[in-house]
Amino acid sequence: MAMTMTEKILAAHAGLSEVHPGQIINAKVDLVLANELSAVVAIEEFGKIKGAVKVFDPRKVVIVPDHFTPNKDIQSAQVAKKVREFALAQRTLYFEVGRTGIEHVLLPEQGLVRPGMLVIGGDSHTCTYGGVGAFATGVGSTDVAVAWALGEVWLKVPPTIRLEFRGKKRPWVSGKDLILYAVGRLGVDGATYSALEFTGEGIAELNVAERLTMANMAVEAGAKNGIFAVDAKTESYVRTATERPYTIYQSDAEAEYAETIVFDLADIEPQVAFPHLPSNNKPVAQAGDLPIDQVVIGSCTNGRIEDLRVAAALLKGKKVHPRVRCIVIPGTQKVYLQALQEGLLETFIQADCVVSTPTCGPCLGGHMGILAEGERCVSTTNRNFVGRMGHVQSEVYLAGPAVAAASALSGQISGPQEL
Amino acid sequence: MGKAWKFGHDIDTDVIIPARYLNRSEPEYLAAHCMEDADAGFAPGVKSGDVIVGGKNFGCGSSREHAPLAIKASGVKAVVAESFARIFYRNALNIGLPILECPEAAAGIEAGDEVEVEPASGKITNVTRKTSFQAMPFPVFMQELMAAGGLVPYVRGRLKNA
Repeated sequence: MAMTMTEKILAAHAGLSEVHPGQIINAKVDLVLANELSAVVAIEEFGKIKGAVKVFDPRKVVIVPDHFTPNKDIQSAQVAKKVREFALAQRTLYFEVGRTGIEHVLLPEQGLVRPGMLVIGGDSHTCTYGGVGAFATGVGSTDVAVAWALGEVWLKVPPTIRLEFRGKKRPWVSGKDLILYAVGRLGVDGATYSALEFTGEGIAELNVAERLTMANMAVEAGAKNGIFAVDAKTESYVRTATERPYTIYQSDAEAEYAETIVFDLADIEPQVAFPHLPSNNKPVAQAGDLPIDQVVIGSCTNGRIEDLRVAAALLKGKKVHPRVRCIVIPGTQKVYLQALQEGLLETFIQADCVVSTPTCGPCLGGHMGILAEGERCVSTTNRNFVGRMGHVQSEVYLAGPAVAAASALSGQISGPQEL
Repeated sequence: MGKAWKFGHDIDTDVIIPARYLNRSEPEYLAAHCMEDADAGFAPGVKSGDVIVGGKNFGCGSSREHAPLAIKASGVKAVVAESFARIFYRNALNIGLPILECPEAAAGIEAGDEVEVEPASGKITNVTRKTSFQAMPFPVFMQELMAAGGLVPYVRGRLKNA
């Protein structure tokens, strides 16, 4: 039977020769991720599973304290302590402050996620790893706890929606603009329970960082996972990170898709998603005159070195608008060091940006850049829900690093072509 | 029987339990802040047996299990919605919070209506308006999960039988 790459990965991990959309399977997991917030609840649930003393395979369990670290307050420190003690006692993979980074930037960089793997994570943006051809999906803490105990997860096989991008990208357009545009077309529940497979000549042109950005936001259309075919760029990226083996699954030409949506890249300009849904997008050129208070450049969506290079190129030799606080957050220690070595950090600091240690921090209104009542922020993160970055009356506008940097300079929402 | 608390479309988990409260995970603490950014009257006013009624895509966004935990600890008996976001859906099943997908009920129940919900059969009765609805049936596996009271008791049963 012809299958999509998502179906092939699920079948292989369920020990089946084929699977069909809607089928409920029990699948073996190659990696179980948790951050400190999902881990602390999972530890409670793990303790309730009789007979579960040790995790099924400590080399397949990774815990990344990234959301409220370095600890933002006493309660967060208590959470981080409990999670650290569990990770050390269980000898799981664990990244302490100083080695840690934003989970979805860190794991691909470390070679812990590779093509053909089945990864679940106690974080909705676990779907990021489809960018390197893995099946990866976000789950809650109880699923994490049970997978720690059994090495398995129950899954409903999703139908696959194919998104085909034709033509060539316009100037200043990045993977972030493509995914904001696609989420706008699909709506925030347009792909619920489905897999999103990104295809077309426009996708082949994207670097792996941009593919990770796009897969990251598959969940913003409600999707279970987002996935990209493995090509020479993927293999080169993975081989730079690790020598560990991987398996390539490609969709069959005759595979069945629930739907195919074709995008012409000529139609896609730099985008911005207005409050309070990621699907609320428009071309930045139509944003109007909206003065801003803050810019955040970073996160699991856009905290990679490629993103920082785009922002730094625009900020070099200039100054952030006097009214604006521009916060730059490299996604991992490696990205931070690379940005230092390439001179990007100096560019940011000379431009009056603040540069933070890796953390999810402001994206979810945790710390390192909380918004006050009535404040407006342009952010390279992935969600702009009510109160997401702070006060209920604050506003988050989602964009790629080019629009974010351009807005930081002009003091209002604006595109790089306007500079 | 309980009172219906009605919410709109795309109620995200940041609204169900804002991240500023995720530095703690005790269900009672979370319940005290449940839905606070959508309806500040919910947490103080909700009573055991009440029902949440939502629109499309209820529970979208973050995978935080704190969201269904907060709702369950607030005493809510069930969530009825036009549709659910997938991670919230599985989290609710996994922790034993009854959820029912039923567009007709979501449209036919107003805030404050007295509602009776039977999660096992999927029957929803609006006592105030004397109407009743039938939710989408769950697949067999999910019925077993619900009957066990969630994934941990279900797995515990499986390990015992192994």
